[in-house]
Amino acid sequence: MNELSQGQIYYLNKQRRRKKIVRFSRAAILLGFLFLWEFTANTGIIDSFIFSSPSRIALCLRDMILDGSIFLHIGVTLYETLLSFALVIILSLIIAILLWFSPGLSEVLDPYLVILNSLPKSALAPLLIVWLGANKTTIIVAGMSVAIFGSILNLYANFVTVDPDKLTLIYTLHGNRFHALTKVVIPSCIPAIISTMKVNIGLCLVGVVIGEFIGGREGLGYMIIYGSQVFKLDLLILSICILCFIALGLYGIISAVEKYCLKKR
Amino acid sequence: MEYLLEVKDINYAYHNMDGETKALEHISFSMKEGDFLAIVGPSGCGKSTLLHLIAGLLEPEKGLILLNGKYLRGSATNIGYMLQKDELLEWRTVYHNVLLGLEIQHSMAARAKEKARELLDIYGLDQFASSRPSELSGGMRQRAALVRTLVLEPDLLLLDEPFSALDYQTRLNVGDDIGQIIRKEKKSAILVTHDLAEAISLADRVIVLTARPATILQTIPITFQEPDLTPLKRRGAPEFKSYFNLIWKELNPNE
Repeated sequence: MNELSQGQIYYLNKQRRRKKIVRFSRAAILLGFLFLWEFTANTGIIDSFIFSSPSRIALCLRDMILDGSIFLHIGVTLYETLLSFALVIILSLIIAILLWFSPGLSEVLDPYLVILNSLPKSALAPLLIVWLGANKTTIIVAGMSVAIFGSILNLYANFVTVDPDKLTLIYTLHGNRFHALTKVVIPSCIPAIISTMKVNIGLCLVGVVIGEFIGGREGLGYMIIYGSQVFKLDLLILSICILCFIALGLYGIISAVEKYCLKKR
Repeated sequence: MEYLLEVKDINYAYHNMDGETKALEHISFSMKEGDFLAIVGPSGCGKSTLLHLIAGLLEPEKGLILLNGKYLRGSATNIGYMLQKDELLEWRTVYHNVLLGLEIQHSMAARAKEKARELLDIYGLDQFASSRPSELSGGMRQRAALVRTLVLEPDLLLLDEPFSALDYQTRLNVGDDIGQIIRKEKKSAILVTHDLAEAISLADRVIVLTARPATILQTIPITFQEPDLTPLKRRGAPEFKSYFNLIWKELNPNE
């Protein structure tokens, strides 16, 4: 290793100190918040029946771990989210590819996709219940409905903005449109596909929770609704906290996939 | 079977809602195997359109294109096309970029791959076979693009201003390089360019086109007293200047 200059050492130390401060501040905000919450709830400044408290949530979590019910709810929500996410990715890729193959089709369908994309999807949930029944299918479809239209539009927009000269290259090598798709369009859109996935995983979770609100018998969305109906706020807030962690985890997985794919290119 | 390529009375126009733009009118010429043809003309006159038609990327509105006496569509004649920019795909290594055409034509035989390796070797790219295109200089990239075209063993090479994206110094070197490669491989080629000096230094015959809609203004055979001059040496030969002036006058009759 080379001898570091005075200036470089100073710079590195400054950066390290900065990182430390950021990390410390983040932890301090969380701990401070939890402390303040617990303290005000215990001293009666806020009503712990309505606002719950960290210790009550922890107790609630412990009980649910002991009787195993928490794993059921988390498992169901994760299963529904991942399944609807997988279906969204597969379907939106297929549809975006079809639209790319047929400019006529995409021109015809464009206004419909735009309308469906801007429609508030929670409005569809009651309809889905009537059509499909109060079951997992409904919840998975609700999850898909939130993400799929935006995903199609986004992927298609990326497909059609691929450098036309690169497509000409394929044709000069006597390739057809299928080759253009597999050799140029898809490979050059990998980063766009992954960033669409990043958005979709969160949207699917939103859709699944909406679905569970009205059609679920288990899952975190159901826990939230049940908690509010029987006024068990510990349960409700616990569910929200777990949703935070799930969202973070799912996003982290996609980010890891992204890093891996971009390094491989 | 006398001519490699015959172009007979080609017309082509671009259409959009505002009207049509005539690009080519009554273009006819022919070339034999081993010919090196250059097409010059004012920029935007439809030179690239002509190459697109010969390559079969566009259909002529009127006229015929025959390759070895057969219609373009049914002909077995293999056409190689070199674009203005190298268009190397960044997510592939140089070697896999070179194989792209073979992949598309499903001719990834061991012999073809060996040929690709050989060509990379000959043109000084062997050390960069597993590099990314972005690690190569402009001239090397253009050579890689040429290798990509040559692996397919084309009977006719179409060069669409392949040096125009390079800086002047590189452009002279790569032009010289690629000119010699094409001569050595005994390829027939059509070079489209707006650089008169480039056309004279490389071709046996220069076709001068008018402004849009392009028609053939003049066909000028290029011969040098000393045979087998490299493109760079041609630039220094005494005939070079007179050819340059001749074509310049054709393109600018009012001066």
